[in-house]
Amino acid sequence: MDFLTKFPEMPNKEFREMKKGIDASYKDFAREWGDLIDAMFDPLLKMLVFFEKTLVATPWPIFMIVLLGLTYWGSRSIKLVIGTFLAFVFIGYFRMWDETMSTIAIILTSVIMSVAIGLPTGIAMSRSDRTQKIVTPILDIMQTMPPFVYLIPIVMLMGIGKIPGLIAVVIYAIPPLIRLTNLGIREVDQEALEAADAFGATKRQKLFQVQLPLALPTIFAGINQTIMMALAMVIIASMIGVKGLGQPVLQSIYNQYFTKGVLYGLAIVIVAIVFDRVSQSYGQRIQKHRSGKLV
Amino acid sequence: MSDAKIQIKNLYKIFGKNPKTAMEYVKEGVGKDELLEKHNHVLGLKDINLDIPERSIQVVMGLSGSGKSTLIRHINRLIEPTAGSVTIDGDEVLKMNEEDLRSFRRSKTAMVFQRFALLPHKTVLQNTIFGLHIQKIDDETAKKSALRWIDRVGLSGYEDKYPQHLSGGMQQRVGLARALTNDGDILLMDEAFSALDPLIRKDMQDILLELQDELHKTVVFITHDLDEALKIGDRIAILKDGIMDQEGIPAEILLNPQTKYVKDFVEDVNRARVIKAKHIMDQINGQDLNNAMPINQDEFIDRFIDKVIAEKPDSLLIQDKDKNNVGFLSSKKLAEILKR
Ligand SMILES: Nc1ncnc2c1ncn2[C@@H]1O[C@H](COP(=O)(O)OP(=O)(O)O)[C@@H](O)[C@H]1O
Ligand SMILES: [Mg+2]
Repeated sequence: MDFLTKFPEMPNKEFREMKKGIDASYKDFAREWGDLIDAMFDPLLKMLVFFEKTLVATPWPIFMIVLLGLTYWGSRSIKLVIGTFLAFVFIGYFRMWDETMSTIAIILTSVIMSVAIGLPTGIAMSRSDRTQKIVTPILDIMQTMPPFVYLIPIVMLMGIGKIPGLIAVVIYAIPPLIRLTNLGIREVDQEALEAADAFGATKRQKLFQVQLPLALPTIFAGINQTIMMALAMVIIASMIGVKGLGQPVLQSIYNQYFTKGVLYGLAIVIVAIVFDRVSQSYGQRIQKHRSGKLV
Repeated sequence: MSDAKIQIKNLYKIFGKNPKTAMEYVKEGVGKDELLEKHNHVLGLKDINLDIPERSIQVVMGLSGSGKSTLIRHINRLIEPTAGSVTIDGDEVLKMNEEDLRSFRRSKTAMVFQRFALLPHKTVLQNTIFGLHIQKIDDETAKKSALRWIDRVGLSGYEDKYPQHLSGGMQQRVGLARALTNDGDILLMDEAFSALDPLIRKDMQDILLELQDELHKTVVFITHDLDEALKIGDRIAILKDGIMDQEGIPAEILLNPQTKYVKDFVEDVNRARVIKAKHIMDQINGQDLNNAMPINQDEFIDRFIDKVIAEKPDSLLIQDKDKNNVGFLSSKKLAEILKR
């Protein structure tokens, strides 16, 4: 009867041995390769630190002018510029400026990294059905796996800090960009490609003069999603030592600081809305001349 | 070697997993419908033979799905054939490697598409210049050439507009300017005017004919519209279900349709507007020429019919432009041809 009421599980002793064994070999692996891996990611760390330092060191009026300028250039909307201005006044006045700068720095870095990796991957996927078949399930796993699951091996390997945080953010945020790059290129009108072929374009010329420009609105929708997901993940990644708006929220939860939690929470929402609005309206603006469909 | 500019020989195209095997069925006489139903392959083209002479307009006509686009895409090898050969100026297009093919497309051919296929992110000028831009021809030269053709198709002043701000007719003018800027001998036009409204379509046909008068390109013009075919074509090939039913000059096709399909096509045409005196004249062979009315051999029937009705001559004396007698036509025969 014991057999039915209790699941036939692995004996305690063996289970402990097994865990110990795996832990030990993973630790050995981390010890052996950790330095090398750290060194590999060093340029990334430098970039992140540079952005962070620059943003924090920039006098706020200059930052504001640049930000509002970018907002206007991206959206051509005065309303959005005013909204952005008020949002950052709120952030600054309630003493959250530096944390916001840290968060923007890491989002900037992870979006740059995502584009650097995601765009070529998406292009490769669009060019071969086999590559697409291999990459799609990997993206599916990346998107269904809860972030905490892959935080574990990353932290074990690289400890707590900016780089593991950044890697976690990129893993979380990159799939939509890859998917939409692939989709956007595959959706490019057949006749446009035929025209390019008929005029004797090389593969490269086709990619840069036809496929990427026509796919750009779709790719940009991917970048928008990547920005939003990076922001969400930056908050979670504060648990493994990413500085920024996430950490005070985490503190507030542990210590039940109500006001602090609400203010920083609001700051996160504000940054999210501003980024989303600006990048979306930029996306819509480029759509005007170059909808993926032919005219 | 024949003196055809474009020579298509025994060309087969079958779409599907195993075209070579399916081609054997086709050779045994399996038709398009049966091939699809029983063997799950699409018959694109079957044993096409076509010589296209230099400096003339070859029309390829047929209903939708008859294989017109497939055929024209073999000329610049946008589609690989299942079997057969395509030679241009004596060079086998199908033997070219990637590099040769690219330079062949750049220097010898240009294409105009049914749905224009303009790049929406480029302006009229940038679209027109596209072919030269790809060849890395310096901007100054390329721009000069593009502007000239933009002007020729009547789009001066629109250089910096984006395609989507233009009407369909204007967009296709850009398509035409883009093709002409490339300056190849061969112009491939796949239903280039089919998407346009009738009036604009007529304009475009006139522009094409006017340009052709001056440029003398070898034009392959696809259409599903008989009136357009008759107006534009020096020769017409008729495709049905991947098979070429008939090929010849317009008058020949009107006067001697070889299959029921072609007959149905030409039934309602106003022959008087298509047939010239020289197409229906007989050899001069002892007929009585005394009371015959002289007619230029290149006149369309509808140009001289009123005169014939008014004066009621027994016969017509057909002459070339130097007034040499070249043929004879009895009024009875003329009446019969118009009645048929
Ligand atoms: N890539 C393809 N795969 C399968 N069938 C095709 C393909 N391209 C064309 N066909 C088929 O070949 C036939 C001829 O097509 P097409 O040349 O486009 O006709 P048309 O231009 O005369 O309308 C049609 O039955 C079409 O469905
Ligand atoms: Mg077609």
